[in-house]
Amino acid sequence: MTDPNTAAAGTVTTEGATYVTAAEHQQVAPGKPRSLWSDAWRDLRRRPLFIIASAVIILLVIIAIFPSWFTSVDPKHKDLDFSRVPPSGDAWFGYDLQGRDVYARVVYGTRWTLLVGVAASVLTVLIGAFFGILAGYFGGWVDGLISRIGEIFFGLPFVLGAIVILSQVRNAQVGGAFPIVSAVVSSIAVLSWPVAMRIMRSAAVAAKQQDYVKAARALGARPARIIFRHLLPNCLAPVLVYGTIALGAFIGVEATMSFLGIGLHDPAVSWGVMISDARNYVRVAPHMLLFPAGFLTLTVLVFVMLGDAVREALDPKLR
Amino acid sequence: MGRYVLRRLLQLVPVFIGTTFLIFVLVWAVPGDPFTGLCGDRPCPPQFVAAMTEKYNLNDNVIVQYLKYMGALLTGDFGQTYSEQPVGELIALAAPVSLRLAVVAVAIEAIIGVTAGILTGLRGRGFLDNLVLVSTLFLIALPTFVTGFVIQIVLGFQWEILTPTVSSEARWSELIIPGFVLGSLSMAYVSRLTRTSIAENKRADYMRTALAKGQPKHRIVGVHLLRNSAIPVITFLGTDIGNLMGGAIVTEGIFGIHGVGKLVYDGIIDKQGTIVVGVVVLLVIVFLVVNLLIDLMYAVLDPRIRYD
Amino acid sequence: MRRRRLLSAAAIPLALSLAVTSCSGGGDGDEQGAGDSNKTKSAVLTVFGSEPELPLVPGDTNESGGSKIIDALFTGLMYFDAASGQAKEANAESFELTAPDEYTVKLKKGWKFHDGTDVKADNYIKAWNYTAYGPNSQQMASFFQQIEGFDDVYTADPDGPEGPQTPPTPKSTEMSGLTKVDDYEFKIKFSSPYTLFKIKTGYGAYMPMPDSFFADPEAWKKNPVGNGPFKYVGRVPEQNLELERWDDYQGPDKAKIKGVKYTFTDADAAYADVKGNQLDFMDTVPPQGIAGNVWESDLPGRAKAFRVMAIQQISFPLYNPKYASVDFRHAISMAIDREQVTKTIFEGNRKPIDGYALEGVPGYEPGACGKWCEHNPAEAKKLFDKSGWTGPIEITSNADNGHREWVEAVCGQIEEALDTECNFVPVQAFGQIRQAINAHQMTQIYRSGWVMDYPDIENFLNPIFRTGGSSNDNGYSNPEVDAKLKEADEASNPDEAHRLYHEAEEMIAEDMPAVPLWETPSISAWSERLTNVRLTPARELDLSFVEIK
Repeated sequence: MTDPNTAAAGTVTTEGATYVTAAEHQQVAPGKPRSLWSDAWRDLRRRPLFIIASAVIILLVIIAIFPSWFTSVDPKHKDLDFSRVPPSGDAWFGYDLQGRDVYARVVYGTRWTLLVGVAASVLTVLIGAFFGILAGYFGGWVDGLISRIGEIFFGLPFVLGAIVILSQVRNAQVGGAFPIVSAVVSSIAVLSWPVAMRIMRSAAVAAKQQDYVKAARALGARPARIIFRHLLPNCLAPVLVYGTIALGAFIGVEATMSFLGIGLHDPAVSWGVMISDARNYVRVAPHMLLFPAGFLTLTVLVFVMLGDAVREALDPKLR
Repeated sequence: MGRYVLRRLLQLVPVFIGTTFLIFVLVWAVPGDPFTGLCGDRPCPPQFVAAMTEKYNLNDNVIVQYLKYMGALLTGDFGQTYSEQPVGELIALAAPVSLRLAVVAVAIEAIIGVTAGILTGLRGRGFLDNLVLVSTLFLIALPTFVTGFVIQIVLGFQWEILTPTVSSEARWSELIIPGFVLGSLSMAYVSRLTRTSIAENKRADYMRTALAKGQPKHRIVGVHLLRNSAIPVITFLGTDIGNLMGGAIVTEGIFGIHGVGKLVYDGIIDKQGTIVVGVVVLLVIVFLVVNLLIDLMYAVLDPRIRYD
Repeated sequence: MRRRRLLSAAAIPLALSLAVTSCSGGGDGDEQGAGDSNKTKSAVLTVFGSEPELPLVPGDTNESGGSKIIDALFTGLMYFDAASGQAKEANAESFELTAPDEYTVKLKKGWKFHDGTDVKADNYIKAWNYTAYGPNSQQMASFFQQIEGFDDVYTADPDGPEGPQTPPTPKSTEMSGLTKVDDYEFKIKFSSPYTLFKIKTGYGAYMPMPDSFFADPEAWKKNPVGNGPFKYVGRVPEQNLELERWDDYQGPDKAKIKGVKYTFTDADAAYADVKGNQLDFMDTVPPQGIAGNVWESDLPGRAKAFRVMAIQQISFPLYNPKYASVDFRHAISMAIDREQVTKTIFEGNRKPIDGYALEGVPGYEPGACGKWCEHNPAEAKKLFDKSGWTGPIEITSNADNGHREWVEAVCGQIEEALDTECNFVPVQAFGQIRQAINAHQMTQIYRSGWVMDYPDIENFLNPIFRTGGSSNDNGYSNPEVDAKLKEADEASNPDEAHRLYHEAEEMIAEDMPAVPLWETPSISAWSERLTNVRLTPARELDLSFVEIK
């Protein structure tokens, strides 16, 4: 039984030592200003989680943009003779019910999955950040109005709201890849922006109190200039972290919607759509489900890891 | 405190109206035939359409419809489904089941999540810490429906270890597996939240004081550390009960649980607008009330917080 | 040979059509051995169903969830015998054609409703008038179209259901064609001869209603009172509905079991429940049970593919000029490899057809479609090129119930053979396509089918392919085919008629207004304690025959 005093004290000292060493290790180029961002970058560069996550993400992006580099098989080609054939040397992930190559489908599906995640995340952050900064900076009735509207959307249970919106869209029989993707992306963004707004708002409220903002106002700077030049860069960090993690979450949301049958569908075949198609055959041809589900989990994982790493790097409390 | 509560309650009203109006519009004001599917494969005869339109006020503009609906709501009348069953009854049957499921989920996520969080928060970096970190990341990444679906198929159908569905009585014991699935995502958040909270508070001044005073470890951790670290965790767990009631649609569907999630999902698919709006109204009320209660409890737990 | 009249739009909708099982229906699926009569007498069966969409008024029920329950709660003038598939007298003592356009019905005495009141002629007449009377907005009103005086009780909406005008109030609340002779006898007169009516009275639309319904319909809806082998006990909304055997029932299909509880749940959850013996019967195993034929190993000895006299097709909207080329339509048919689809997608549970009906239908002979239904990709490609079709081919249907899988497979074969794009365009519910079909506005090829109304090849041809036929949805019209069908209608003996119908069938295949695909049997599953399981012609569990082991 270790002595609790020394153990606890030891913990504190060890951590203190870590920090001291880290600070000493940071090489500073002479004369170069050290900002939050460059510090964060230096920190990130050294984290294995960040490196792995970024590498995988870059790989996924390449697969999304250039799927033909990774497979020469046409993902749409059906051949019932190959229905449900399990993985083999010719087809690493086997074939699905219609005799399509699962590996090729997964590769081409990357594009749609990532597109939904990225677009939804970007849109949510843009809307949320815009309203959040306005609410935070102007305060008063502007803040009251925006916060109330945010609460209205926030009060709507997310999955429910998404199902209602998307089933109406489905009834309208929207066709074509981009309209379908836009519908899904918009419904996610419409339901998620309050969170981004709140984060941005609290950051803006805190930043507003800073001296440099007061100085800028005293100098007679217009609100727009203050917002974009002074507030925005300093409030970006928490929203960025949220955006990265949200990206992963939204990819999962899209898959859930497709599983329920109201998300994407042909011709925008994402991994969620593949999982949905495979659900009745799990017992006889599990490879149809496992590979897209595996890729899905992996993708969400790396985005969440990335967001985690970025948050730890940017959080001044952990420095 | 009283004034604060009053102010919050007053703020609730516009939000309540806004959210319910939003969902009302989404359900009823969207173009399309609301009676598809009621008449089997053929289109409904015009007299039928006329009678139903009259009954559900569909000829009025949407604001009037909404006001009529809310008026009825205030007297406790949630309206009727197309088969003339009172929606209030349906909700009254389904809500307790969902509540039980949410409670089970929160209990599981609290027990496992907090324990994991405490262990790793106290220990700091190490094998266990990394293990928990990675597994929580994994749980966050795995979509709920994949977890639930695979568990049901593999354990329920293929290996026949569990009964794949929940009976209509939804006994507590049957809800453990669905509760686990439902809470798996939140479990990850709870453990990380606990871990962070403990890690932060571990370095606080009062901890060093307690240590210097020679307090036994279990007292330091149990009395000082936990109580102060608990606040964000309890906040999260409290709001989670509300969230899980509304967000259990997928889990309830997979395991055949007759809760509000399944009720509203079926309502959306069958285009029974009254069910959808009724359930959402209930969920919004739950959400707003729970949030208020959590905020109040916050003040109780943390004496530094004062509401005027 | 029955003279066939052209039915107007009162034809039996797909969802409600009674499928008359083939003559082998008697032995089809009788699980051997009677059960334990004591256990049977006290057993309440749980049966998979779907929640009725509307209150259980027979004249207002048009979907399968409600009609299943109506079938147990009510018995009408005729009924469909599960063993032979024939229509036989039930409540009717006699049902005679007393004039070319008039039936006289005598009711059996002693039949009662569940509340003890007698079933008399008035109960039928009042019920039928109530359903037909427009302002009551009953869905099955058009089923009384042929009766004289219908136009007096039912007026059309002058500008359709979308328009603001409402239909004018009808002149009368009663149809002149229904006349009461005495308490137990009444006459039905038609505006023109319609002998088919007799058999149709087995359908739910034609049930008698008790006096209590007319006194207070709202109270009745809360506690439905019928005259069938089962009476209403109660329901838990969205969960189940319970019926109990009625011991005073006089009809031919008395129940042996104590009661039946219809449970409303997910099809997948229901399958799990049947497997675990928590649910006694489900009439159609969901796709996850059919995949890989796991139903056979999951439920040995308690699941069976029951033959249903129904077929699947895809139809071309011929009013749309895109589909005018017969070469194109033949190309589509020859591009499809029906064997392969039934083997891989349906695990061998469907049988391809090569004509417009199926085996077991009296008068049917295979081969009417001939080479047009044979898989011949090379020939198909030639015809396709000749037709000059441009753009993608689109086939539409609702995606659930396993339809997505086979339509995508068929599209894949078309793409392979014709080297052109083929897409499956799903809709949420078939009802959405139905509207476009009825309005002759379809632009895509659509899933279609036919369920046999009565056992004769004629039922598969006249309503669908004759010009102006009641179910001629795609606008097909060929005067030569019409002439041949008329010739067959008027043939002097059944054999001659069948021969001529077969010739008509061949002519229709030459035009290919619809592509024949395969039969559609029903795989049903039940719990271990059930025996004597068979389906009624309506594809439901025969509740009068089933017993407990």
